[in-house]
Amino acid sequence: MISCEEAATICSKTQYKEASFIEKMRLSFHIFICKTCSKFSKNNKHLSSLCEKAKLHTLTEAEKVEMKENIKSEI
Amino acid sequence: MITEHIMKTHQLYPEKWVDLYADYLFNYAVARISDADLAKDLVQETFFAGLKSAKNYKGEATERTWLIAILKRKVIDHYRKINSKKGKAEVRINYSSSSDSEGDWLEEQVADPFSTLENGVLENEELGIAIQECIGKLPKKQALVFTMKTIQNISTEDICNDLEINPSNLWVMIHRARTSLMDCLNKNWF
Repeated sequence: MISCEEAATICSKTQYKEASFIEKMRLSFHIFICKTCSKFSKNNKHLSSLCEKAKLHTLTEAEKVEMKENIKSEI
Repeated sequence: MITEHIMKTHQLYPEKWVDLYADYLFNYAVARISDADLAKDLVQETFFAGLKSAKNYKGEATERTWLIAILKRKVIDHYRKINSKKGKAEVRINYSSSSDSEGDWLEEQVADPFSTLENGVLENEELGIAIQECIGKLPKKQALVFTMKTIQNISTEDICNDLEINPSNLWVMIHRARTSLMDCLNKNWF
């Protein structure tokens, strides 16, 4: 049986649909037994749905670097 | 030119603006202009305008509130410009149909990001602000990895190559970021 820490990491992986089949099996087994991780998994899913709902936008790192340089040259 | 003296007196830290507020301001602008390039330009202009009027910053509002107020004005200016391009035909609308508004011009019609109106769009926007704020509290690298993965949808492989980390590092960081975000958002959103 995997540890809670491992389970939690796999759980975060599944939020991006990148956990392997074996990992998913291990996770569901762990969640079946462990209440803490079951709750964590639920919250993690909720976080994913919140992020989706918020329709977040960000600037890329390159754009930020450019902005920083522009600001620097103005100071 | 802004003197060091002014910076110190009123606690503005322009060198940190991009890291702290760029995404937050960008979201605000995109929500209202829905043109990412233009929104980016407005954010940059906001920073410039902030530098120029730094001496007017009295420290009454937080740096963020102050910057968003500048951006708000940029957004209004943008719409005014479009409208004036559309020709000289001036459309007059009676904005002050509700008696509790003081003026009758456009400014007060712009959505207030701090309003608590129970409106789907506004709620999502508040959510966005909350998430953005919580991401801002993460260690820098975690924030970067989380943003790239979750918001920019960059593949694991590309992120690993970009940041020179291995996938298990990435997942540990993502996991820590998510755990912190859950805690941070906990009060209002869970």
